[in-house]
Amino acid sequence: MDNSATTPARKEVVEEMLPYLTENFGNPSSIYDPGKISKRATEKARQKVADAIGAEENEIYFTSGGTESDNWALKGIAFANRNKGNHIITSSIEHHAVLHTCIWLEGQGFEVTYLPVDKYGRVSPEELKNAIRADTILISIMLANNEIGTIQPVEEIGKIARENRIYFHTDAVQAIGHVPIDVKKMNIDLLSLSGHKFEGPKGCGALYIRKGTKIEPLLHGGAQERKRRAGTENVPAIVGLGKAIELAAGEIEETNKTLLEMREHLIKGLLKLPKTHLNGHPTERLTNNVNVTFEYIEGESLLLLLNAKGIFASTGSACNSTSLEPSHVLTACGVPHEIVHGSLRLSLGRMNTREDVDRVLEVLPDIVQRLRNMSPLTPQNYRTL
Amino acid sequence: MDYSAKVMDHFSNPRNMGSIENCDGVGEVGNAKCGDIMKIFLKVEDDRIADVKFQTFGCGAAIASSSMATELIKGKTLKEAWKLSNKAVAEALDGLPPIKMHCSMLAEEAIHEAINDHLKNKGLEPWTE
Ligand SMILES: Cc1ncc(COP(=O)(O)O)c(C=O)c1O
Ligand code: FES
Repeated sequence: MDNSATTPARKEVVEEMLPYLTENFGNPSSIYDPGKISKRATEKARQKVADAIGAEENEIYFTSGGTESDNWALKGIAFANRNKGNHIITSSIEHHAVLHTCIWLEGQGFEVTYLPVDKYGRVSPEELKNAIRADTILISIMLANNEIGTIQPVEEIGKIARENRIYFHTDAVQAIGHVPIDVKKMNIDLLSLSGHKFEGPKGCGALYIRKGTKIEPLLHGGAQERKRRAGTENVPAIVGLGKAIELAAGEIEETNKTLLEMREHLIKGLLKLPKTHLNGHPTERLTNNVNVTFEYIEGESLLLLLNAKGIFASTGSACNSTSLEPSHVLTACGVPHEIVHGSLRLSLGRMNTREDVDRVLEVLPDIVQRLRNMSPLTPQNYRTL
Repeated sequence: MDYSAKVMDHFSNPRNMGSIENCDGVGEVGNAKCGDIMKIFLKVEDDRIADVKFQTFGCGAAIASSSMATELIKGKTLKEAWKLSNKAVAEALDGLPPIKMHCSMLAEEAIHEAINDHLKNKGLEPWTE
């Protein structure tokens, strides 16, 4: 139940990849036949990625994953457009791949506005408009949030960006296979995606860059990826990513239908527990995301007890982070620190069944009660011991 | 989190969890690092800890430390209990991951608070060292 962290590569994906790890090992840059086989395979995958998001094949650049795509989009746009301005707008709930890049860019002399979000985690198009300055060169707002699943009004944001002639980047890492995407209709100039979030391989992603966009490379070297991203292509992974996105995009309606049913069943069941709240938006959310907080308890101990029952989930608790900071996303949504502690994210995948969901609903009440009995914060009427 | 088997044992089956009515001393401390809370209840007879219970709002290491610390001070004199360090608690648990060492501090501090609360109830000066 932690599919937002990662997913296993699908059987069909692995099957497509295998020949490119063994017999078809040619370097796509070589002019002889084995090289051409690899080259053709990457181009086929590129077309599949383009088709999945309504882009052209020559607007897709393969990278080492979501983190590289985000870094490239932000740093590449910032440094290529410095003569036009040095102001960037993002949101306060972005993934660290965007936020930490923005902080680094601030150190390089850029100015960054971090838009607040409402209690559901949505940015306001009005506030975005107000934040725009004459020297704004980039707006980077994620399509869907990895912790609370909130989907942003991307089409509106894209329109605002276009009207103001500002580049618009969106981190769509969590959205692929869940939210239908059309980069043209949504006025998206740059879009990040990552293979392992939609049953493709890890360490492989892509950045969509609209034709005509002024961007610096992140990696310098050979002439791969039309001289914009150096380094010998990870051919097997690219092939796998292509297959995975083709399947994910093709099955999007069917997947969402099943996931939505499970999500709603899970949320309804969890909210029956007293002092339990839903985080994120009730409807504008990924079909696979459930995020709740249980008052009076701490998330890491919750995860350990769930793990003992064979249920794997995640939390925004400070105790479960290497920085000992609570989730910046829940904090930005206005959730108080001690309540962030008791947050639980269950992210569903195609592999989950209704039985899995029922099992969670069966074991969670006891676990929550057990920790509540242990906590000094629990009022007497919520104790059973 | 990579916890020792001892930590997992004390976390899964915490000893001395709960509260004591009409106790002789209570100590409640919060953790400045991650915001967690531990509460210790003492029953004291002849300067000895006759009974001890805890309540903890915190991670696996915090709960295991509470459990182990209360085991270690049960039956001990107040002076002996005062000397229990967070290091000793961590060692008794076969070690804690470095990032979790601060969680065992909660136990040490809560015991100090509880002992001083007891001394205060008896009209005595609190200990500082
Ligand atoms: C929204 C978002 N952006 C970026 C990333 C980073 O992707 P990758 O793990 O491929 O570097 C993740 C993955 O955790 C994510 O959820
Ligand atoms: S109590 Fe927060 S990290 Fe242990």
